[in-house]
Amino acid sequence: MMSRVEAVRVRSARERGPAATIVSRLRSLAVRAVPGLLTLALAACGGAETFPQTTFAPKSDYAIQIDHLQMLTIYLGVGVGVAIFCILAFILLRFRHRPGAPEPKHVHGNATLEVAWTLIPAVLLAIIAVPTVRTIFATQAPPPADALEIDVRGFQWWWQFGYPQPNGDTIFTANEIHVPVGRPVVLKLRSADVIHSFWIPQMGGKRDVVPGRTNEIVFTPLEEGVYLGQCAEFCGSSHALMKMRLVAHKPADFQKWLAHQAQPAAEPTDSAVMVGKKLVTAGACAGCHTIDGTSASFGKTAPNLTHVASRTTIAAGVLANNARDLTAWIHDPQSVKPDARMPNLGLKPDEIRYIVAYLQTLY
Amino acid sequence: MATTTATAAIPAPAVAQPKTGLWSWITTVDHKRIGILYFWTSLSFFLIAGLEALLVRTQLIRPDNHFLSANWYNQLFTMHAVTMIFLALMPLMAAFFNYVVPLQIGARDVAFPRLNALSYWIYLFGGLFLTIPIFLGKMPDGGWFNYANLSEPAFSPGLNIDFYVLGLQILGLSSIISSINFIVTIINMRAPGMRLMRMAPFTWMTLITAVMMATAMAVLTIALTELMFDRFFGAAFFDVSRGGDPVLWQHLFWIFGHPEVYILILPIFGIISEVIPTFSRKPLFGYNVVIFSGILIGWLGWGVWSHHMFAVGLGPIADSFFAVSTMLIAIPTGIKIFNWLATLWGGSIRFTTAMMFATAFIATFTIGGISGVMHAAAPADLQQTDTYFVVAHIHYVFFGGTVMGLFAGIYYWFPKMFGRFLDERLGQAHFWLTFIGMNITFFPMHFLGLLGMPRRTFTYADGLGFDTMNLIATLGSYLIGLATLILAYNVVRSARAGKRAPANPWGAAMLEWAMPSPPPEYNFATIPVVRSRMPLWEGSNVLAEGIPHGREMEDTEEVTFAGAKLGKVSYPDDENIMSADDLGIHLPPPSVLPILLALALSLFFASFLGSHWLSLAAVICVALLVFAFAFEPGHSGH
Amino acid sequence: MDSAARAADPAHLDTSTGLDSRKMAFWTFIGSECLLFGSLIATYMAYKGASVTGPCPHTTLLWNGQQCPGILDIPLTSISTFDLLMSSLMMVLGLAAVQRGNQKRAAIWLGMTAFLGAIFLGFQSYEFTTFWHEGLTLQTNLFGTTFYTLTGFHGAHVFVGVIYMTVLAVLAWRGKLGPEKSLNVEIGGLYWHFVDVIWVVIFPLVYLIP
Repeated sequence: MMSRVEAVRVRSARERGPAATIVSRLRSLAVRAVPGLLTLALAACGGAETFPQTTFAPKSDYAIQIDHLQMLTIYLGVGVGVAIFCILAFILLRFRHRPGAPEPKHVHGNATLEVAWTLIPAVLLAIIAVPTVRTIFATQAPPPADALEIDVRGFQWWWQFGYPQPNGDTIFTANEIHVPVGRPVVLKLRSADVIHSFWIPQMGGKRDVVPGRTNEIVFTPLEEGVYLGQCAEFCGSSHALMKMRLVAHKPADFQKWLAHQAQPAAEPTDSAVMVGKKLVTAGACAGCHTIDGTSASFGKTAPNLTHVASRTTIAAGVLANNARDLTAWIHDPQSVKPDARMPNLGLKPDEIRYIVAYLQTLY
Repeated sequence: MATTTATAAIPAPAVAQPKTGLWSWITTVDHKRIGILYFWTSLSFFLIAGLEALLVRTQLIRPDNHFLSANWYNQLFTMHAVTMIFLALMPLMAAFFNYVVPLQIGARDVAFPRLNALSYWIYLFGGLFLTIPIFLGKMPDGGWFNYANLSEPAFSPGLNIDFYVLGLQILGLSSIISSINFIVTIINMRAPGMRLMRMAPFTWMTLITAVMMATAMAVLTIALTELMFDRFFGAAFFDVSRGGDPVLWQHLFWIFGHPEVYILILPIFGIISEVIPTFSRKPLFGYNVVIFSGILIGWLGWGVWSHHMFAVGLGPIADSFFAVSTMLIAIPTGIKIFNWLATLWGGSIRFTTAMMFATAFIATFTIGGISGVMHAAAPADLQQTDTYFVVAHIHYVFFGGTVMGLFAGIYYWFPKMFGRFLDERLGQAHFWLTFIGMNITFFPMHFLGLLGMPRRTFTYADGLGFDTMNLIATLGSYLIGLATLILAYNVVRSARAGKRAPANPWGAAMLEWAMPSPPPEYNFATIPVVRSRMPLWEGSNVLAEGIPHGREMEDTEEVTFAGAKLGKVSYPDDENIMSADDLGIHLPPPSVLPILLALALSLFFASFLGSHWLSLAAVICVALLVFAFAFEPGHSGH
Repeated sequence: MDSAARAADPAHLDTSTGLDSRKMAFWTFIGSECLLFGSLIATYMAYKGASVTGPCPHTTLLWNGQQCPGILDIPLTSISTFDLLMSSLMMVLGLAAVQRGNQKRAAIWLGMTAFLGAIFLGFQSYEFTTFWHEGLTLQTNLFGTTFYTLTGFHGAHVFVGVIYMTVLAVLAWRGKLGPEKSLNVEIGGLYWHFVDVIWVVIFPLVYLIP
């Protein structure tokens, strides 16, 4: 398996660090003339630090299987491409018209040659087709019984993640999906409105989130870390702003995180925060948002805010989760995210300040 | 061997009055004039679509850019694709179908000249209909694939998608009519001796394309009708709450959409198979194989649509089937590439602009073909689909393939169509800027995609590593823009003031070069009898020197090209060319009905935006005009 | 007329295949129509039994276990199907009469074709109105959507055919449809038989198979 050996080599090159990255980038510039080599060079230096959504740094079993297949097709493709360019370049240089040269011989065809160049592509394609079919079945196998099931729901333009509990409850969070390392995860993908596509490149291939259907992705995260992803199917105005991140924890840390998420919202102690709570739970916010442990318990069409302060970003990965960005977001959601479903409620600056103060306590 | 049949008697010299003026263009049924109408119209739309692309690229020049709003961006990327595919590339091909195919098969016109005019006018009105929303700021914004259920009234309430649905219905009608016309023309209007396996490769690819168009467009028509019923009459086809399945749209759309990809590339295979032999001075290598691989591509093209849907979750069996069937298509495509290389091998290659585009096509299309095989590997496609990798792929296929091929066709046939050469120096500049520009623009997109940039995103954040490559791509696109301006200047100037072209300026082998440039309205003074695949290269001098069309003895001139003698061609003066009347050739009279009928048909679809009374009026007009059409004097048939 | 002039006139052209171009065009058109109806029928079949609410074509159970009464009237539609099949027979007789040069008789047969087609449309209007009153509209459910679209699309084809046949009948009655024009009738016949055959596909798929 030539491909696998070389794939491993490429991955180890990728992990050499920034200094090596610069060197190999310079090297890549030197060979820019041959686009195929550039592919490899970029694949080699394109680490996840520079390219957080790269497909070349797989960090799950699923992603690694795809990576092997993808590298095989890249090597074969670049090989075939370079071969054809060389032949073409040779022909164009060698057989240019020269004044006084005799008219070329009229050759109409050659059966042997034509059979040969029917068979060569057929063999090359067979080399791709066999692992393709094998990988298709391997990556779409039913999930193991001990897999962690997570309900993923795509909304215009954010993600909801639900963790069904043994007691029948579901713990909801938004735009940040937490998983343990080393345990198979099965994502149940559903849509609340239009077609979206769930894609965290380092965890594997994307899968569409189709209304009326339940799709699945099964993968086992292999390394702790934060992995970025975003919606990959055009889903309307703010498709570009429908991002998410996956946090892979040590199993114990994951359990800790889950236990914390299962708690009801923190009770305010500060008076300003209490005002904020009242504004949120008794006002228009509660129409769409739920905060467990408060009277805002029925909203289903917007992110659950019970532990909103524990997230690193808001508005589906578009803004940082700090007072300034929260204020900007609540002040005018559409200016941040065109056509966002969250209305501009025309709140006074004071009210927004209270609300932000409250939201920041919901750790 | 080729000779001509009985020479027509030459009656008293009456000066042929060239028919000119706006009215003569409106009522023309001459395939050559219709070809020229297609040519200019599609080039105009090409400029518009290119401008849309430049706006899109400018928005992406840096992260978090605010040059365009999300709303405008989504409209523009949608319209870029819709305009390019339906209003620029397909009609530019139709320009060549119209102009060249009847000449290549030795016919006086297409089988149904008025239907041909009808197709053009429907196309024009459909195109104009789709430009209205530009001024309203309500262009279609659901992508050219317009996936349900985002396109349902619940999620896209505006006029935007209405324009898409109705506009494509109008254009589909034009495509279906013209494809039927060309199928019949090619099968039924061939000159004596022009057996199927003697037809020029371009004619063959046109035939395959027309068959695909007649069938694929019907599927699109139904998909659009269903969406139309959902949007205008509250039907439930794609309404999830009433049990509708958005995936049905995807199936219908791609059953049309994948053949559409081959509709956009097969005629180019034909053009390349004309240009490369001409400028290598060698016959096409493996003619039979090239033709049959074209047929095979057309056939397999129907069995691969779900490779656009690997991410939908159709299950491993369907994924495997469509992965393997897609890979199979690479075989006939590869065969063609090798046959072109073999044609070049041992040739005497002359680098005219047409030839440079044709040889560059081999390289750029190969890249597109290879990335196509890469995402035929379904699991890998799950990383690649809906990313810039696919944007790179389709642009290597549609720009590196279709557009480069069409440019080759423009430089190749322009002398035939306008009787004048395109300026070669401007042509070389156009070529190099285009070739360099397109690679700078589209090659980095491969990396952008594999490094995680989804397509159809109006912006991207800083820190994802996308900045540099997007900047490079945008700068490259400006080069393409500059190149296209050079082309536009070249065609407009050369059509009026270019160097005069003889009948067979390139010393080519096919029948279209046996007539003066441009050919007289009746094409062939005498219908040639064809005895060879390359009537002008093999055998008699009658065709090689050009069929006499002059009243007096014509001057024959040695044609030299790049220092090589290519043979003799006749070179009659304009006023010397005999008219159809001189020769006693009956040509179908001009007719105003095609444009009226096209107007009524377009109005019918447009009326869905207005009132039902307007629809009724349009239907009555259509019915009356169809009657008039069927019974118009001077035209047989209905 | 010399060969050059003959070549220019499609009516007198010795075509490469010997087939008349109009006939070939019509066959191609029918090919395109097959895909048109094929897509509609495929949609109907894909959505068969997918309706969330009633009425249903045949008595079935809905997803929620509710009884959904069947709405299709199979005996009635069998009659209209027979009527449409008979119209094809009239068409055959009409064409034969034109070819024999018996224009008055041809007018009668062609008129009968149009008349039987109109009766079929009458049946269809009755069926649509009945369903309407029973609460099935284009908007009601997927069955309504796909049923009205498919059969309505077919009905529109029959409607065009009725006008087509009426025109041919009038032409024949006026003595303008001699044997040399029989191709016009033949092409009309192609259309009519095609529309008929499509119904032969639709009828079992929609009405007979539950």
